[in-house]
Amino acid sequence: MSSALRDQALADAAGLAQRHPTVFTPPLKQRLVTIAVILALVGLFVFGFHRLGFSLTRFLNGLTQLGSFVGFMIPPSPGTWAKAVIYFHALAETIAIAFLGTLLAFLFSFPLAFLAARNATINRGVQLLVRRFSDSVRGVDTLIWALIWVTVVGLGPFAGVLAIMTSDIGNFTKLFSEAIESADKKAGEGVVSTGGSRLHEIRFGILPQVFPVIIGQTLYFFESNTRSATIIGIVGAGGIGLHLSEQIRTLEWQGVSFIILLILITVAVIDFASTKLRIAIIGKSQVAV
Amino acid sequence: MPAASPRLPDERLAPLTASYAEALRQRRLSSLFLMAAIIVAAIVSGLLAEVAPARFVQNIGDFFSYFGRIAVFDNSVPDRPDLTGRFVLFDVREWMWGIDRWMRLLIDTLLIAYLGTVLGTIGAFALCFLAAQNLMPNKWIRLSVKRYLEFCRTVPELVFALIFVIAFGLGPVPGVLAIAIHTMGANGKLFSEVAENIDMKPVEGVMAAGGSWVQVMRFAVVPQVLSNFVSYTLLRFEINVRGASVMGFVGAGGIGQNLIEAIRKFYYTDVSAILVLIIATVMIIDLLTERLRHALIGKESSK
Repeated sequence: MSSALRDQALADAAGLAQRHPTVFTPPLKQRLVTIAVILALVGLFVFGFHRLGFSLTRFLNGLTQLGSFVGFMIPPSPGTWAKAVIYFHALAETIAIAFLGTLLAFLFSFPLAFLAARNATINRGVQLLVRRFSDSVRGVDTLIWALIWVTVVGLGPFAGVLAIMTSDIGNFTKLFSEAIESADKKAGEGVVSTGGSRLHEIRFGILPQVFPVIIGQTLYFFESNTRSATIIGIVGAGGIGLHLSEQIRTLEWQGVSFIILLILITVAVIDFASTKLRIAIIGKSQVAV
Repeated sequence: MPAASPRLPDERLAPLTASYAEALRQRRLSSLFLMAAIIVAAIVSGLLAEVAPARFVQNIGDFFSYFGRIAVFDNSVPDRPDLTGRFVLFDVREWMWGIDRWMRLLIDTLLIAYLGTVLGTIGAFALCFLAAQNLMPNKWIRLSVKRYLEFCRTVPELVFALIFVIAFGLGPVPGVLAIAIHTMGANGKLFSEVAENIDMKPVEGVMAAGGSWVQVMRFAVVPQVLSNFVSYTLLRFEINVRGASVMGFVGAGGIGQNLIEAIRKFYYTDVSAILVLIIATVMIIDLLTERLRHALIGKESSK
């Protein structure tokens, strides 16, 4: 049957092309726009390539160097047992930083998010103010926050906790408030129609809808914060990053690969655990973040 | 008509309310248990992370006064003693004294993000179909590509940058490569998830017409996924601009080098000037990419 259909279609090819011109030859204007966009993107790429000083010889030299580093990395080894103990302690510290940072950010941004959401805020001015605040906080990278907190509370993991907390207050406030804004209005209207106040509306009409989403996002960020927490040590804010950058700078490649391996395993475990937890708390249907 | 609303007789209502109360009690109990677990974990983490509330309370003033300090001129401005203690906006030209250099570095930062995004996305595009369950029947190829992408996105960019700085030398090149590798991992995963959710009918159609694997990808898969891919890439570009702004911390180019110097050497007004420039750039890029994404999604849904 399908071959008969195919023969028929082929026989009528000219007719088909005439009836659906846009499928066979897209309009000239559309094609020109596509070509112009691609040319602009490629042009910018070539310009950047030159400006940033890429060159083939430098690239190839770097690659050979990199190859030899990878050779030195095998097998991964911490060197001595004493160092291994230090690394494991630093790893625990890293997870603690990520956990506390995420938890504190959650506690602070939960109320802020309601203020930043159009359908739950007190008034428009407050909403815009909170929005701009969270945008500015998000515009600054975690590492910069870490540097600033180091100058306040001194070197150490506490600065890392505060850094992750600060940058996630920005992220969470934005994400949570978007979740709140996309909540179905009808539940809230129902609560109001039975005589509920605005607070009742938020508590019984909006919160049950958004809470699973918010928890899902928080767990997702816990995982990504574990990754961030592994590098803030580079600026002295605790965790395993300090040891990692030290090992890289002193060219102790076996130690480097050992620490990277530790990080990979930890992130995989936390990823697994948080996915399980997410499904346990909010059910499989709402895993979308 | 104020008639009483229909009500179940008490003897039938009682078991229902009892089971409701029981279910509620169960839920409360499990929430309470979860709360307790979180609190215990928080205390343990607090000990590990050397949380010091006393030091925090004692120094929290420093945090806010830091923002005060970066917002006023100190007595370090040469030949302008009148500026000491004034708000930075009082003399914008003096505040933004390094604007030429900083703008050049900002352009470098944007280019690092752009090149990294483009290179990484090309890699992700090439690999994502190999990692999609519905498009790659060979389990070994699929799983090894998946593990590779996972490696690329789990190792933080800054770690790649640190290693690349030693291999390729100081400058923006290691920054671009580090961002490219991370982008390849992150986008590769997202792309392959998009590809796993496509409508398989066009794929079957092209296969039935005798198309090769490459032709199936080109004519049946790519048209379905392209707008999503572009949307994710724009989002990633936004993230990469932020990432590129700190590449300079490890010597991998961009404005980060100047920022870390200013913070470490306590050039307060420079810190605020560079931060303002970074935040403004990030916001503009956010706005532009959001516009573009909405335009794309709007075009998709109106079809």
